[in-house]
Amino acid sequence: MLAQAEHQQQSAAGFKFDNVKRNQLLTGKGFKQSTATKTGTTIVGLIYKDGVVLGADTRATADTIVADKNCEKIHYLAPNMYCCGAGTAADTEFTTNMVSSQIALHSLNTGREARVATAMTMLKHHLFRHQGYIGAALVLGGYDITGPHLYSIAPHGSTDKLPFVTMGSGSLAAMSMFESRWRPNMSRDEAVELVKDAIEAGIFNDLGSGSNVDICILTQGNVEYVRGYSRPNERVEKEQSYRFPRGTTEFYVTKTTETATAMDTSA
Amino acid sequence: MEYNGSAIVAMVGKNCVAIAADKRLGQQALTVDMDFEKVFPMTDRTYIGLSGLATDVKTVHDTLRMRVNLYKHREERVIEPRTMAHMVSHMLYERRFGPYYIEPIIAGLDKNQKPFICGTDLIGCPNFPSDFVVTGTAGSNLFGMCESLWEPDLEADDLFETISQALLNAVDRDAVSGWGAVVHVITPEGVITREIKNRMD
Amino acid sequence: MDFVGIQQEFAHAPATERHTHNRWEPYVDNGGTSLAIAGADYVIVASDARQSNGFNINSRYDPKAFHLSNNAILATAGYAADAKRLVEVLEQNAQMYYHKHDRVMKTSAMAQMLSNTLYGRRFFPYYVFPILAGLDNEGKGALYCYDPVGNMERVVYQSFGSASALVQPFLDNVVGFKNQRGADPARLLERDQALKIAVDAFTGATERDIYTGDWLDIFIVDRNGVTHEKRELKHD
Repeated sequence: MLAQAEHQQQSAAGFKFDNVKRNQLLTGKGFKQSTATKTGTTIVGLIYKDGVVLGADTRATADTIVADKNCEKIHYLAPNMYCCGAGTAADTEFTTNMVSSQIALHSLNTGREARVATAMTMLKHHLFRHQGYIGAALVLGGYDITGPHLYSIAPHGSTDKLPFVTMGSGSLAAMSMFESRWRPNMSRDEAVELVKDAIEAGIFNDLGSGSNVDICILTQGNVEYVRGYSRPNERVEKEQSYRFPRGTTEFYVTKTTETATAMDTSA
Repeated sequence: MEYNGSAIVAMVGKNCVAIAADKRLGQQALTVDMDFEKVFPMTDRTYIGLSGLATDVKTVHDTLRMRVNLYKHREERVIEPRTMAHMVSHMLYERRFGPYYIEPIIAGLDKNQKPFICGTDLIGCPNFPSDFVVTGTAGSNLFGMCESLWEPDLEADDLFETISQALLNAVDRDAVSGWGAVVHVITPEGVITREIKNRMD
Repeated sequence: MDFVGIQQEFAHAPATERHTHNRWEPYVDNGGTSLAIAGADYVIVASDARQSNGFNINSRYDPKAFHLSNNAILATAGYAADAKRLVEVLEQNAQMYYHKHDRVMKTSAMAQMLSNTLYGRRFFPYYVFPILAGLDNEGKGALYCYDPVGNMERVVYQSFGSASALVQPFLDNVVGFKNQRGADPARLLERDQALKIAVDAFTGATERDIYTGDWLDIFIVDRNGVTHEKRELKHD
């Protein structure tokens, strides 16, 4: 019975549209929908001598307010692949997650490490199928049997294979760094420094990007993911504490619920 | 969001978390109810706050309660707050193109008594900060309050003062939230629930 | 394909969508935040100096709090060009007043004049939210805040601009002592306290409001005149 009840709740696959009609009615009557979290974002990637370097800032915004000061925009896809996401935060999160599990199954089925081109194709098919309504702009980087690869994937599903790419609202600021300083066969240190500077250009010059620089270095058989590679925006110490004396807030009902001692949370 | 009005905030303290919400239900400028529940206990030590369209607050709460119960029956253990956050996140993203108009907050202690808070947007994008999360029509006001008032390692009683002051002063500058407020402080020993005094205009 | 249907759809596209591109847009919101706190014998004014448009920063240091010739401070928020013009008009009128009456304009007189100046453009307003800060006839801190069409109110503390929603509730709490049991809501803050609160309000706002940041201008007006301090905020 229980299994059946839940089965009815879960659709066979994909999205549910049962609220759409209602929401259209509501919007038609002037109901204002709240805005989804966007990653205003600067994301970049470049190819250097031994592999790929990906970079991202860590600010997520809801309109003009910062919703998350330190979010992760470099998503895991496979042991040899990572993917930066810009645009609607939920879309980048769930799209990369889904493709990640498909890649895992694909690797299990084939008994091989998946290729970057395979992931790219899966991502673009998914995005193209949804006609741009899934607002994910991605920078995909990885190292497979055929060497290092870097792609940019637009929300409508079009892709570019380039030696250096930038995306998001800070893409112009970041690209200005790449266009002036990128050259073929850079050393690892040069590449990481350039990616850091490109992201920082976005962080400081684009209001949609901010906080820290995350970096991911993919080489043959190795990944180095550095959260907060650069932290140029630590908050300064507050001038004073705003702790209130106990009893400041007036309350008139108190109820204490004891936690059940025998709560079994073991797996 | 603006149709019914709401303000919910959760904060991390020292071995404790707090979640607080206003109690107003309105139809735009008209206040309909001053005792409308927006924060729900899902387990002994995990609470969820649902801001947004009131009808969806009810629907999502009911659906979630069913899923949490099914989880308990199938897994023979109580759901962890982080697991529940992902459950909610997926529930919302499933309706990516016809969303529920709610923005939830989850607060709780995990099996190691470690504080956990999480917020998502209306299509389920999760956000796991280490300090505080806010949602609702008074969200900006709450952000301003929390950025100034919050500090790390507050004891349960101090956390109560901080979260209460943050909520009270935030809702007083929002026309569609307020009218009473409730604060839950979740500690390893139990949950202390207080109804706090609030301007009723 | 139903081409007729498609053509009709285009024909019925809302008028706003067809004419948006070359419409005259006289106003821009340049973001930024201002706040002011009055004390018993001083006023403190703080404004950030970032001037932006959309996701771009036009200037990292474009002050929007102005030290006027009569030792009053005008803090603004909204459209930077209108704010600058408003200061010019105010200063011109203050000069005229000085030459006519051989006396520096008092804060209360300037407050009323600012209201009149704003209302004078009732149907094509300056898109500015001004706060005028100075000392009153008794030497107490005086703050006047306005809407863009000249509605005026004397207050003890006020915040305007892109982060006003973040800052104002905080000021209510720690300057107005709202919602605190046993606190005296009429108590005025000491100067060092007010300064700390102003700075903390801005570091907090800079964290969460993308339009607030870069530099902070702080003016303190007291019987000895005006002091100005410039502090650094975050630049992201």
